[in-house]
Order: sequence, then structure tokens, then C-alpha cells
Amino acid sequence: MTIQEVQHAIEAEVVPGTERSDVTILSACGADLMSDVMAFVKDQVLLMTGLINIQVIRTANLMDIQAICFVRGKKPSQDMIDMAKENDIVLMCTRLPLFLACGKLYEAGVRQGGVRKID
Amino acid sequence: MKYHYEVPGDDFSRAGNASAEMKKTLQRLGIPASVIKRTAVAMYEAEINMVVHAGGGEADITIEPNLITIEMTDHGPGIPDLAQAMQDGWSSAPDLVRELGFGAGMGLPNMKRNSDEMTIETGPDKGTKVTMKIHVPEAF
Repeated sequence: MTIQEVQHAIEAEVVPGTERSDVTILSACGADLMSDVMAFVKDQVLLMTGLINIQVIRTANLMDIQAICFVRGKKPSQDMIDMAKENDIVLMCTRLPLFLACGKLYEAGVRQGGVRKID
Repeated sequence: MKYHYEVPGDDFSRAGNASAEMKKTLQRLGIPASVIKRTAVAMYEAEINMVVHAGGGEADITIEPNLITIEMTDHGPGIPDLAQAMQDGWSSAPDLVRELGFGAGMGLPNMKRNSDEMTIETGPDKGTKVTMKIHVPEAF
């Protein structure tokens, strides 16, 4: 799924300056705990989160996550936007809560979640 | 090749800077992407732990043709019960840390999962030294 299709599915806007047309989303992760993101996500994933701080961008960078959507109407700060630009990470914002954003994306066809089997 | 980083203990927003620098270095060296990700995650979790629990510390990374060794050393209070700390979901982090997106009790398990070998030397008031070794599949 392209970023444009993701935007349409979860009613999101891309933060100016972070646009990219070459990102493909195959799976998604909805989480506010970054250690859980690091424990479970796979490649070409969209991270959806209600957490706003610089460590969200740091986690995405270290995990090779190319796109993040902030839910519940939250907006990233300028230092977050700057770090995202530096690392070619697309930032989006939606007014949807996390549950509905995940549901709408699933309905639109993104069905893969984390990579690791949970015991 | 050896790299040394200071991990400041007083600024949560800077936690992870050393890991991000290390990631760039490994990319320049042409290390496989899967190895870079494991190294970056293991080191990042260790950095977060140092900032949250130990007031910062030091990171020393040694890169050999087939092996990356990460040594994370702090002078904090040590880990009282290591077996408990290694369990998924067990955390002693304060609420403030959870509000920042960490403290899920996945730090040490994530470090172990992303390393091929991990040893921890710790004791009350002795600080903690975590050594993680990650094998690089092909010589570069």
C-alpha cells in the first residue's frame, strides 16, 4: 500500500517536508510503548502511535521504519519533524483514535502484524 | 575498530544518540542491514536503561570482521534480581518513563533477543556492565 492509500484509509495528512512517494507499507503496528515496537515489528511497517516525543522518531530510525502516523489529533514537535526529515521518515497525523485507525487500515487491506511468535 | 561514546544521564531526549551514530558507522562499513538493526536495537535499549536506571554511562563498541561487541558500562545501583529483570514485561521503571514510551519490561529481553551472546555483570552499588556480541555472517 502506498502512503497516499494509507492517508486515504486512515484520514491522515502528511506533515509538510516529510513526503515520500517511494514507501510501500506491508504491515502495521499500533503501540505507545517503543520497547514493544522494537520487540515485535517487521519490515515495511507503518507505526501508529499516540506517543509524542523524540524517542518515537529515534525508534523508527533504528528499526528502519519509514512511516509513522500520530493518532488522536496529536502533532509532532519541530525537533521530531527535523529528525524525521534527516532520516527520510514520513510523518502523518490523523484525528482517529488508535483502535479505529488500525481497524480502517486492516479493512483497507493491510493485514500483517508483528514478526515474532508470542509464547 | 573501536568506538567510544558517553551516554549522558540527565537528558532523556539524547538517549539513543550513540546508537544512531553507531548505525550510521555500520552502514558506512557495509555491514548487512539485518545485523545493523539488531546492533542498533540492542544498544538503544541499553542506552535507555542507562539513562532511566543508572544516571548514564559509557558505550564501547569493537568491530571485528565477523563480530560486533557492544560493552555498556554504568555506575548505577546494579540490578538486584537479574532473573526477574530478564522476564518479558517485568519493569522497575517509574511511571514517568512509561509516559515517555519505555518501561514496558522489554528492554533486557530485547537486548538478549537481538544478541548472539549476552553477559551481565552487576551487583549492589557496583554498577552494571552488559556485554553483547553479535555475529556478522560474512566478512566485509
